[in-house]
Amino acid sequence: MKLLDPGTEIDGFVVHECIHAGGMAHIYRVGYASAARDPGFTMAMKIPRMTAGDGAENIVSFEVELTILPTLSGPHVPRFVAAGDLIRLPYLVMEYVEGHTLQHWIDTHERGDALADAAAIARLGGAVAIAAHSIHQQNVCHLDLKPANVLLRADGSAVLLDFGLSCHAHYPDLLAEEMRKAVGSPAWIAPEQVVGVRGDLRSDIFAIGVMLYEMATGELPFGAPATQGGLRQRLWMTPAPPRQHRPGLPEWLQEIILRCLEPEAAQRYPTAAHLAFDLTNPDQVPITERGRRLRGPGVRAHLKRWIKAAGMHYQPSPLPERQIAEVPLLMVAVPHNDVTDATLYSLREAVARSLGIRPGARLACVTVISPGASSTSDSARSETTLHRQHLARLKQWASGLDLTGHAASYHVLEASDVAQALVRYAEGNRVGMMILGAATHGLQLQRFIDTVPIRVARDAPCTVILVKQQLPFEQLHSATSAAA
Amino acid sequence: MKIALLSDIHANLPAFDACLEHARAHGAQQFALLGDLVGYGADPGAVLDRAMQLTGAGALAVRGNHDDAALAPPATAQNLGDQSAQWTGPHLQEHHRAFLAGLPLTARMGPDALLVHASADGPERWHYVTDGNAAERSMAAATHVDPAIRYVFSGHVHEQALYFLTPTAKLMRFSPQPGVPVPVPPHRQWLAIVGSCGQPRDGDVRAMYALFDEDAATLTFHRVPYDHLAAAAAVRASGLPSFFADRLEKGR
Repeated sequence: MKLLDPGTEIDGFVVHECIHAGGMAHIYRVGYASAARDPGFTMAMKIPRMTAGDGAENIVSFEVELTILPTLSGPHVPRFVAAGDLIRLPYLVMEYVEGHTLQHWIDTHERGDALADAAAIARLGGAVAIAAHSIHQQNVCHLDLKPANVLLRADGSAVLLDFGLSCHAHYPDLLAEEMRKAVGSPAWIAPEQVVGVRGDLRSDIFAIGVMLYEMATGELPFGAPATQGGLRQRLWMTPAPPRQHRPGLPEWLQEIILRCLEPEAAQRYPTAAHLAFDLTNPDQVPITERGRRLRGPGVRAHLKRWIKAAGMHYQPSPLPERQIAEVPLLMVAVPHNDVTDATLYSLREAVARSLGIRPGARLACVTVISPGASSTSDSARSETTLHRQHLARLKQWASGLDLTGHAASYHVLEASDVAQALVRYAEGNRVGMMILGAATHGLQLQRFIDTVPIRVARDAPCTVILVKQQLPFEQLHSATSAAA
Repeated sequence: MKIALLSDIHANLPAFDACLEHARAHGAQQFALLGDLVGYGADPGAVLDRAMQLTGAGALAVRGNHDDAALAPPATAQNLGDQSAQWTGPHLQEHHRAFLAGLPLTARMGPDALLVHASADGPERWHYVTDGNAAERSMAAATHVDPAIRYVFSGHVHEQALYFLTPTAKLMRFSPQPGVPVPVPPHRQWLAIVGSCGQPRDGDVRAMYALFDEDAATLTFHRVPYDHLAAAAAVRASGLPSFFADRLEKGR
């Protein structure tokens, strides 16, 4: 396909230099011909290769991107600007995002032969997971996540590129009929994609797992298979544990990576928000054998899994927004002063009920303490001692909960503004539902000022459940004394 | 222009009115009625009066199997459809009968759309388009009529569905999410079943129709709540089999 000359005008856009000439498309930097239309950001135009030699698949995937990109919003995708008519003049104009790809980051680190530390990997992986969660919330699965399709902004956040193989839960899947052969990039594609299941957000989690593995070890967990048989291997195979390549890698990181790479989608993180949570709270990751092992499962174990995979029944994928709602990150704000036993009891009952109807939901128990509470001179009130005490209190409170099948973690936040701290925590961790006491945190003042529950209910980015004290302890007491 | 596509109204006046109002509120400037205006429901005359008003103002309409049956009810009722036709026939006035008898089996809408109640593959045989293969036959027949046809809009099957032509010439079925505009670019061929306005059977009592936006090339399938209990009560009061009323109450 011939390159366009700089200065060429297309539908009111002026073409500047070509910034990428790939196998699927050419990408140019463009501007509006009329200065009055300046959008305030740099723009890029993508023109698909559609000459006689180019495959039909290429055109379909361009059509898919043309359909899906305009529906997406937020900081984790390039902003859509315009599209040309697919028959007459196919092109796509979008925001040109400054930054390097994750591929570039991996290449640099491999060349330098100094593998990145676990914290840096977790930070990058967390950024990718948050970006993926953002599109999942909009009912889109990317399905072609790989280092070349992840752009890192200077502020550390990630932008996802290339929606040519993506799937929108509310649109006809134009690639569905290609089902019998796997659609995607062989090194990163999830097992269910290999057998043609499209639209499961957990396929993206698998791909993020492959990227984390790559960042941590410099190797691809399943290589880059060129045949269908090679691809099918991942239906049953557990890759060599990252710590086999790099024994110094922390167990929590291996635990996270191998959970992403579980062959069965249901064994992986249920949503990308759960994954991001573990990556940002490494000290709260429960380590199992998966995280500790230094060698892959033996031949016998693999044979068993192979037999299981042969009979595996692939379920239709859950709708992304429903999956996110059903397996939420649940957060409970546990107060620590001016609180009655009855309130703590009711709060625990409400949490138990919410967890009971949401298998797999994860629970974050949060308490907010005042920054003035600690003292640098008095060791009994030192910051760490205080935090330890509050953590112990939280754990003791939660010990009355049946947490089978639920990950739980405990967090002490220090802030003078309780409501703001809770809301920020919910935002930062993509919490799906917050539970707090309706009457705690300053009931007496409710009529005069915005109390904590009111502010949280108003400002939180998620569902908020306000729990009222259930058991009338005081009345029980007075009833007993009256009877006596 | 936005065109509201309504099918299988089945003499259900409250459902018809609710959909018309919803469509107008969402910018519909024109209407297309895809057959089965009557049958099962208690208000054939009122529904036909509305339909005639609409066609008088430029709306397109095609004939359905129940419209046919009401014009010539069978002497003995073999099934519920026959019973409904036997009831409906005498409730039509002469101008209603003339209107129904004058409806075509298929109609062209704009340069690239075809309207047919059941299947373009033998419209008078009322084939049910319930899967990709049946949709393929209907689409192929439409293409045979005119290769320029990109859209076939139908009813007859009471569930909403969208079939789309893939590069390997197969039609794939898609279940639309109500209220979400689905892009239907004209470089592909699309066959849409707009669902039943007056007799939903998928367990949801709300009426169905679809809104086609020609300029944006999108199709939005809608579910519209209406007073289904009133419609059911009218059926009970009319002397029609009470099963038709139960259906409206349950959406089955």
